[in-house]
Amino acid sequence: MAEKKSLTFTLDGRQITTPTGTLVIEAAKTQGIEVPSFCYYPGLSLQAACRMCLVEVEKMPKLQTACTLVATEGMVVKTDTQQVHGARKNMIEFLLSNHPLDCPVCDKGGECELQDMTFRYGLDKTRFTEEKLHYPEEKWSELVYYDAPRCILCFRCVRVCDEGMDVKALGIGARGVQSVILPNKTGELACEECGMCIDICPVGALTSGTYRYQTRPWEMTYVPNPCTHCSNGCKTTLSVRNNEILRANNRDHSGFNGEFLCGKGRFGHEFTSHPERVRNPLVRRNGKLEDASWEDALEEVARRLKQVHTTHGGSAIGVIGSNHTTNEENYLLNRFARVTLGTNNLDHHRTADYTGLAAALGPNAKNSLATMADVYNAKAIFLIGNDVTNQNPLVAWQIRTAVRHHNAKLHVINSCSSKIHRQAVSAVQVPEGGETQAIRWLASEHGQFDAQTTQDLLQLKAALEASSDVVVIFGANIQGAAIRDLVSLTARFGGHTRFMALGDYANSRGAADMGVLPDRLPGYAHLSDASERARFGRIWGAEPSEKPGLTARAMMEAAVEGKLKALYVVGANPLKTFAISAPDRLAGLELLVVHDMFLTETAQRADVVLPAASTYEKDGTLTNTAGEVQLTHRSIDPQGPRSDFDLIRILSHQLSMFGLGSPIKLRTAEAAFDEIRQNVSGYNLSHSNLLGGGSEIATASSKSVESSYDVPAGTVFSSNDYLFTSGTLGRYCSKLNSTNEAKDRPWSSSPSTQSWWYR
Amino acid sequence: MINNVETLSTIPAIIRGGGEWYAGLGTPRNGGTRLYSISGHVNRPGIYELPLGFPLRRLIEEVAGGMKDGKKLKAVIPGGSSCPLLTADEIDVAMDYDAVAKIGSMLGSGGTVIFDEDTCMVDLARRIMHFYAHESCGWCIPCREGTAWLRKMLDRFHEGGGSSEDISLIGELSQNMLGRTFCPLGDAAALPTISIVKKWRNEFEDHLQGKCAYQHAHFVAAAH
Repeated sequence: MAEKKSLTFTLDGRQITTPTGTLVIEAAKTQGIEVPSFCYYPGLSLQAACRMCLVEVEKMPKLQTACTLVATEGMVVKTDTQQVHGARKNMIEFLLSNHPLDCPVCDKGGECELQDMTFRYGLDKTRFTEEKLHYPEEKWSELVYYDAPRCILCFRCVRVCDEGMDVKALGIGARGVQSVILPNKTGELACEECGMCIDICPVGALTSGTYRYQTRPWEMTYVPNPCTHCSNGCKTTLSVRNNEILRANNRDHSGFNGEFLCGKGRFGHEFTSHPERVRNPLVRRNGKLEDASWEDALEEVARRLKQVHTTHGGSAIGVIGSNHTTNEENYLLNRFARVTLGTNNLDHHRTADYTGLAAALGPNAKNSLATMADVYNAKAIFLIGNDVTNQNPLVAWQIRTAVRHHNAKLHVINSCSSKIHRQAVSAVQVPEGGETQAIRWLASEHGQFDAQTTQDLLQLKAALEASSDVVVIFGANIQGAAIRDLVSLTARFGGHTRFMALGDYANSRGAADMGVLPDRLPGYAHLSDASERARFGRIWGAEPSEKPGLTARAMMEAAVEGKLKALYVVGANPLKTFAISAPDRLAGLELLVVHDMFLTETAQRADVVLPAASTYEKDGTLTNTAGEVQLTHRSIDPQGPRSDFDLIRILSHQLSMFGLGSPIKLRTAEAAFDEIRQNVSGYNLSHSNLLGGGSEIATASSKSVESSYDVPAGTVFSSNDYLFTSGTLGRYCSKLNSTNEAKDRPWSSSPSTQSWWYR
Repeated sequence: MINNVETLSTIPAIIRGGGEWYAGLGTPRNGGTRLYSISGHVNRPGIYELPLGFPLRRLIEEVAGGMKDGKKLKAVIPGGSSCPLLTADEIDVAMDYDAVAKIGSMLGSGGTVIFDEDTCMVDLARRIMHFYAHESCGWCIPCREGTAWLRKMLDRFHEGGGSSEDISLIGELSQNMLGRTFCPLGDAAALPTISIVKKWRNEFEDHLQGKCAYQHAHFVAAAH
């Protein structure tokens, strides 16, 4: 019998047509009818524990829970009857019997679901005169506290930890009214410290180590911002009071990450107010970095850059951009380097070969980039390399949810161990760095593997070729020509294949899209493309030169060799990234300028340090690893530091006074974004959607498939940051670093060597 | 499907005598036999296999050997502690599902408990609630919070700390659990409590006067 796709039933007297299988509680939402609940949480398993959603159903003797009741044809449901209202009152009364009624001092007061429900549905008096249960509050980790008396036992935390995170750190202890939530590992929370349990808690039972008891929710303002850490770009809501970020969460679920945030997104905002933050410009005088005025510092930079330019020419200057700065800043830096300074020595630490993907897909990139939503909706996912659990937590969440919600099939080829392999139907382990060989072998049968691996790879290939609408996700290991191999391999997959390259940081893709590369203009046009050079020349007032510049690694080598005379670093730490241990090896460098928030290894060696604002402190756009663009906002005033946008812009004016280049007239990030929208391939996005807090997919693409594209070894590589590290920023998030899990793994360890949750 | 010992033990007899014969042992809609587990203030407590529909009065007076020490009957739990209780006036009933249901209780498990005149009904309600509060798993709110609240209230009430509002509240809270819990344990806690408050309200009122005429009843003392 063919199943009917929709059905009609009656809800509070209204005829509602709804897809077959819809829960009454969800159908009610579509009608604007609130059926209250605590334990029901969309996307998690059904619990039917809180009994708040009881509704009347004709021909059923008892009230039914709307959260488990699937609507059927002709069913008559009533949510607005005396019996239903009475039941809600009674449930609230039961719930409050042991719940402390100290809302004025509860951390959740003002944003508590129990408080709201009591206000709407509860009694105005209490009949409970017995002694309430009491337990002392427990500290489960540096970041998670549990106060059992406040807990209403909705089990959302247990379910999100188990089902959503696949961490299974929480369980239920004792029974009956004595029931409590407790860590499955005695005495401590052994987990990913994502804080999802805190976020999902409807009451003040689970509180955050970085936020608890500092403020009242109505004292803060709320600013939407993409997270500044990894490349997944989860939307967060920053809660700000007195120019300080006190909390980050995503309670309105408005971003593509839905309810998800990892520990870095949630707890990793401390760096903004860290005491070691550089607040004033620093200029090296007599060998020491000393405070200087903005005027003096910028004048110093402009004068000395001009000096180097005059003496050695533009090609003696190198510019290293950032994985964190906004698209507008990167776009500006491109112009600044190529036109103002006259150098193509422009690059950044590339953590994924986005250029390679653009080159391999050519114009097809326009409809072949996988969004975060595509990962969730995929029927099959092909993951090559990368420990997504650690390095790309949202991607991992999307994969887990895709597998859990619609049985998506995950196929993995990986040289590192990753928790995500639990979700895989096939996971082929290859030797370190073996992903490239595996893809090459699968695409062209070049190379050799042992018998078992060969068999596993063949099985995986057969399974993928039998799949349709595959989302292909790959880490930094797949780069250069290997991406071409990968794309050719997918030609035999069914349906529409989409791709996602996994970078490390908040604007890793944006940096590539905006052409912070030695050989590309914004939008991946190669410098050899005369028409593109001319086009940007018209916009920028002068044409970039044709010859590609040095890569970041080559620049550092040239600096060590004394060939590079000036290095201009924006929000990067190349001394650490490229492992130049002794700063005196840069003796040949006449000028090192660094924009940064902290005195990094590179900044300590600098001649001038210009204090920079973080992405939480400036306006602009960021592009996540999937190509999804979101607006950043100046949620707080950085108090001293300035945006890299302003620094580059102002410096261009200074330099023009010294006779180098012309001043950049774009005054605001918004004006720069308009220029980007008009001129960068794939970036003609709806600004109104972004302003509304949404995201837009940017599909910067190469004009044609580049069949000879490759990238030198050592150019594209991951930092292997994991859940508790985040380049420079992570070092200044002390709470995040103080968890047992963070201490377990030293900064330098690679995720391939240890997996603490398997212990 | 898991069957209990009682069900399985009937199989040899059914095979030997045939289904019709077996069904004929009981009343028309309640065929066969039942194991009546009789406990409490009777002379011969024990487990008796009898046809369904066996009269409760005969069960007490003949099968179980009558009331212990010649005391008067006060209350009967007809089929396990989750059933509404019967008064001494309600024992002229056939022990089958339909007949017991008709007078507002349940045959349930056949666990029949007989209470004599010395039983404190407040204490009985308290003990029953202690059992259910202990059994409550904690999954759903009404049972978890309701049984614990009632247990505390009944403890206080039994010790002499009650008020007249409490009497109604005990019944109301039970009513608020009834039919609204995840599993029937909430109903099981509510039903006997509601019936005790309804049928022996006078004993609750006596408690308010500091009178528990049955304080030294041997049933209560023996279990302490």
